[in-house]
Amino acid sequence: MAKKEYAFYPGCSSQSKASASNYLTSVNAMCDKLDVTITEIPDWNCCGASIGYAEGGELPRLALSARNFALAETHLPGKEMVATCAACWLAQREVKERLDGSEQLLKETNEALAAAGLKYQGTTPVRHMVEVLIEDLGYDALKQPVVKPLEGIKFAGYVGCQTNRPFGIAGESFENPVYLDKLVETVGGEAVPYDQKVTCCGGALAFSEPEKSQKQIRDIVESAYDHGAEMIVTPCPLCQANVEIYQSEINKKQGTKFSMPVLYYSQLMTIAYGGSAKEAGLDGQLIKATRLEEIARK
Amino acid sequence: MTTAMKYRNDFLGEVEKNVEEGHWVRMCMQCGVCAGSCPLGNAWAHPPQELFMMIRAGKREEVLSSDSMWMCTSCYNCIVRCPRKLPITHIMHGLANYAHRLGLAPKGQPTRETATLFWNNLIKKGRVNELTFSLALYFKDGFVQGIKNALNMQAVGLGLVKAKRLNPMELLGGHGVKDQAGFKAMIEKARQIEDRKKGFAK
Repeated sequence: MAKKEYAFYPGCSSQSKASASNYLTSVNAMCDKLDVTITEIPDWNCCGASIGYAEGGELPRLALSARNFALAETHLPGKEMVATCAACWLAQREVKERLDGSEQLLKETNEALAAAGLKYQGTTPVRHMVEVLIEDLGYDALKQPVVKPLEGIKFAGYVGCQTNRPFGIAGESFENPVYLDKLVETVGGEAVPYDQKVTCCGGALAFSEPEKSQKQIRDIVESAYDHGAEMIVTPCPLCQANVEIYQSEINKKQGTKFSMPVLYYSQLMTIAYGGSAKEAGLDGQLIKATRLEEIARK
Repeated sequence: MTTAMKYRNDFLGEVEKNVEEGHWVRMCMQCGVCAGSCPLGNAWAHPPQELFMMIRAGKREEVLSSDSMWMCTSCYNCIVRCPRKLPITHIMHGLANYAHRLGLAPKGQPTRETATLFWNNLIKKGRVNELTFSLALYFKDGFVQGIKNALNMQAVGLGLVKAKRLNPMELLGGHGVKDQAGFKAMIEKARQIEDRKKGFAK
């Protein structure tokens, strides 16, 4: 297989000792096994996430993502940008669409970038890591390195919102995307059908509207249990954090007994490819994925 | 104000000119699929299609002081289901931002406060500091409430520290971009242009 190289935009949550640091750990291990090289974009900044709009407005937000593109174009020319975070990917894609579609906004954004000595050229496409996996490599290539299939483990593939809407993965439906289930099956696990696959976890409103968000999270976890899942798997750092972290809060307030591990696809792949629990970032789980740890030790 | 004057304003024109993606508002055909698709739908006093009609009816005060658009979780369900492909999520964000910058958004609205804390946190160093952001959130309603909130979330916080997903040392600075000066100059310039364009008082 030809070696693939990308300009990597990890995002704030994937920095060392941040809330999705175990996502980054497992992505690094997974890319190693797949011979994919990801080079961090030097000095990248936050994308503004899905809550930045209210204070940040339009142009400062456009400038944030445009700066990341400009840095990639300057330091890693010719390489496509790949993001692992749903919000980072979405923001970069939205901004690219907006700037490529409006000369006025492009002019104003570049005026702001000039203050940092940078220029947006619009030559760099942005991809989500999932797109790299299934489009650039393909399911067959993803299956090849599997040495420890995740046999007998039932996963609820939780796609969530922002890797699914408004752009989504090409060829997938918004209401019932199947790529995550296919990834689970590719590494030997079982994907259970369940009805909360694309339900919103509350996103950033988990902070500001905890009750409303926890109702969403409860629906998601409950449905995973009802359909026989042992673990949830997701491509989004905020979905992972919200759905894992708040289970104990919901238990405390509502007397449920939730204890369902919430993993990233990259963690499943790292374990199936023979990586250690540490390489898969399993030490980063608040709710331990014991059965995956067992497979890693085998 | 006489009744006649009330209807002579041009709030639709104002929204089209100043609100992000506001030029789409007149395209809404009032089907209500957005309202039915929203995960927090029942929390909206005025769902999106109603806000659009209120904008067209010139109800400036009611729209801009509403907390409805602050219920948006950015799930993008409304966008993908809208039969006329209105970028509803972005219009809601745009309305919230416009109301906030004009000082008309509801005081103490939790998502409004959270959003401001988040933005200020990120532009300080160019990357979000999750620890100082969480602490600022806990303490936004004063010291006593802050201690209560922190204690409530203590188990979760310690669990995250143990799992190496929260770093107490972030208090001393933490992650950030290297080109602080360039980053700040860029944000400042972008804000300047936006303020000039949209008529926000400095």
